[in-house]
Amino acid sequence: MNHNPFHWGRPSDSTYGPYNQQIAHASNVNPMARQQQQSDFPTMHTQRPMMTGTSVLAIKYQDGIVIAADNMGSYGSLMKLDNVERLLKVGQDTIVGISGDLSDLQAIQRILNDLEIDESYDAGDDEDALAAGLKANHVHEYLTRIMYNRRSKMDPLWNACIVAGFDDEGKSFLKYVDLLGVAFASPTLATGFGAHLAIPLLRQRVDSEADVKKLTKADAIQLIKDCMKVLFYRDARSLDKYSMAVLSESDQKVEFHKDVKVEDMKWAFAKGIKGYGMPQL
Amino acid sequence: MVCFNRVITFRNNYDNDATTFSPTGRIFQVEYAAEATKQGSAAVGLVSKTHVVLVALKRNAEELGSYQKKVIMIDDHLGVALAGLAPDARVLSNYLRQQAMSSKMVFNRPLSVSRAVYSIADKAQENTQSAGGRPYGVGLLVAGVDVTGPHLYEFQPSGSVLEYVGAAIGARSQASRTFLERKFEDFPNATREQLIEYGLIALRDTLAQDKELNSKNTTVAVVSKNEKFTIYDDENVQQWLDKLDSLANSRSRGRQDDDDDDDEDDDDDEAAAEQAETTATATSGDAPTTTQDRAPDAMDLEE
Amino acid sequence: MMNVQQNATMASEYSNEVQTQPIEHRFNPYTDNGGTILGIAGEDFAVLAGDTRHTSGYNINSRYEPKVFSVGDNMLLSANGFAGDAQQLVKEFGRELKWYHFDHNRKLATSSAARLIQHLLYGKRFFPYYVHTILAGLDADGKGSIYSFDPVGSYEREQCRAGGAAASLIMPFLDNQVNFKNQMDPESNGTKKKELRYLSLEEVLQLVRDAFTSATERHIEVGDGLEILIVTKDGVTTKYYPLKRD
Repeated sequence: MNHNPFHWGRPSDSTYGPYNQQIAHASNVNPMARQQQQSDFPTMHTQRPMMTGTSVLAIKYQDGIVIAADNMGSYGSLMKLDNVERLLKVGQDTIVGISGDLSDLQAIQRILNDLEIDESYDAGDDEDALAAGLKANHVHEYLTRIMYNRRSKMDPLWNACIVAGFDDEGKSFLKYVDLLGVAFASPTLATGFGAHLAIPLLRQRVDSEADVKKLTKADAIQLIKDCMKVLFYRDARSLDKYSMAVLSESDQKVEFHKDVKVEDMKWAFAKGIKGYGMPQL
Repeated sequence: MVCFNRVITFRNNYDNDATTFSPTGRIFQVEYAAEATKQGSAAVGLVSKTHVVLVALKRNAEELGSYQKKVIMIDDHLGVALAGLAPDARVLSNYLRQQAMSSKMVFNRPLSVSRAVYSIADKAQENTQSAGGRPYGVGLLVAGVDVTGPHLYEFQPSGSVLEYVGAAIGARSQASRTFLERKFEDFPNATREQLIEYGLIALRDTLAQDKELNSKNTTVAVVSKNEKFTIYDDENVQQWLDKLDSLANSRSRGRQDDDDDDDEDDDDDEAAAEQAETTATATSGDAPTTTQDRAPDAMDLEE
Repeated sequence: MMNVQQNATMASEYSNEVQTQPIEHRFNPYTDNGGTILGIAGEDFAVLAGDTRHTSGYNINSRYEPKVFSVGDNMLLSANGFAGDAQQLVKEFGRELKWYHFDHNRKLATSSAARLIQHLLYGKRFFPYYVHTILAGLDADGKGSIYSFDPVGSYEREQCRAGGAAASLIMPFLDNQVNFKNQMDPESNGTKKKELRYLSLEEVLQLVRDAFTSATERHIEVGDGLEILIVTKDGVTTKYYPLKRD
């Protein structure tokens, strides 16, 4: 068989009309504008997110970090997917939680995957070297560079990310970066709706690094679970199924919990529900 | 000789560029480049469990001239010692500095020593496989500390890099290599000071008959996890020179040390020697153009 | 009834939907991350202070995100405004400084650093770093010096300067307390201006703390913590004071 598509021929013009050249130059630009003049419209970049993921939550506790994100992929107000994994593992012990555009999430996933592969070339079979190599602070710096450079090209990756892991010294590392390349650290972090709904609840318990020392692992997990519940109550684009990663400093390990369900929900009349559904202190 | 009225000029057909193999499987231009590193004054590197030390012998072109810089800092955790063409070393070290800085900028972490050497190895290798260029005429000892500990690598113009516990490059470096081979088992547990002393003794063995180590011609550089890469020159090296029993090598002292390599030429110069032999045979005794345009004088190098 | 409506022009929102021009839904590459900074020069010292609150709109992103940096060669640098650009500018400066050391093997003078920053800023004249920048250090005579920059690199050396969200609240206070504007010599019975003098470090620290506690009261983007970096010939020291977290 001749494998050159140009030699395959095409339906005759007499039957189907001449080939519409515009098909080959298809774009997502307003068709009216395309007809006017194709070349004078700027190159399209992500100008608004399409398929999206909602909040990511994270909190530091006395021996590490708990980070969580639900499994929903929304297409506007349509719940399109209920099995999206938005907590990415990078290297040995870094978790990157991503909200915002899901295609850009996948772009980030590929970039970080390449980074991981690159790293493994150097380390070879040496497990220790691999573990020592790519730490959370390096991943965060790299991600910040990518986000800032893309925004500077006016072609942003439409996401807000939370990087959780351990730094070179094995200390807990928790830092945020978003589509503008804005980065900051805080013992409690949340993206999207979580910044409005969960942050006040998280800060009630942990408002400074000093408070981190007082929060136990069990309490931190419960706190994140409660916040995920409140988000499921109040954020229309959220799901009651989520992933949660628990990092502990003492053994430098990451526990990854998939398909965690929101529990003990109360759907009675609002009269009896106080504090946005957060268990009262 | 009598029979020929025409001088037969031998020409090596396989050394015009660095991209042609000889029928015996050698790339002459690359070997000549390696030869250039042997013309430069010696540099020695040693590693312990905690420290990496570089020592090097600086030459001055003439009495009134300044001494050649032998050690170049790349980053707080990384540095190189060179032997051969100093301008080539500058190009390579500038490249390394860029790599080190971009690692800091992009990943917020220091460049690992292996990544550093392989980055210049790749550059050097390109020159051995693409037409129009020449190989780098410089050998480097790359010393640094990263998350996996202290490391010492030797870089050669061929693009090959190997990690060492002790290494020496440059003129008469075989002598110091002999010393290193005898002592290397002590290196891992040696203290910083001991390591420097070993290095200086090794360097001393590369000296010419009438030369001595002094604060003008000796460079010492140290790096460890807790100590930024630091270069010691001039009055700052005197502290270690004072500790040595002698500043001249054993040959100059007239001691018959059977372990020492008294051969002024490098032993691993076999290739060149073999080459010279071929030349002699082919030219049947007449004084011809030699195959090897050896650098006329070491003074021309490292300017 | 129906006929009337059919003939009349339908006044519906849908009528606007037919467009001949593409809607330009542009991505805005800038944001304001709040916070305020303040630099004051003394006779043999300079201070550069900033609050540690990091904001986006009404959200407090972090209560402790330092923005004043000791960048080496006895200099302090802070860029306030859009945090992405601010971070990039400080990093870029750090890189240039390192190359300067490789190339020249000596300290970079504060005046030269100021000129360098001008070029970094002006280099992005048509896509500016959205920041107000302040550089603090000592000059060649060992006197404290403050340089302040607009987003595109216009700069001048000053005795003091406030930048960022609460600059307009702090600057008049500084005019009065550092440059003695509108102050008269009490002896002269309102005929002679109060003579300029260098303030001591203690006086300056007190001024800085007062400036920030006041700005915290009046500006929502200022608060949480105050970090003051002090540069003298002996190096850089850092002080931290809590501010109101509301």
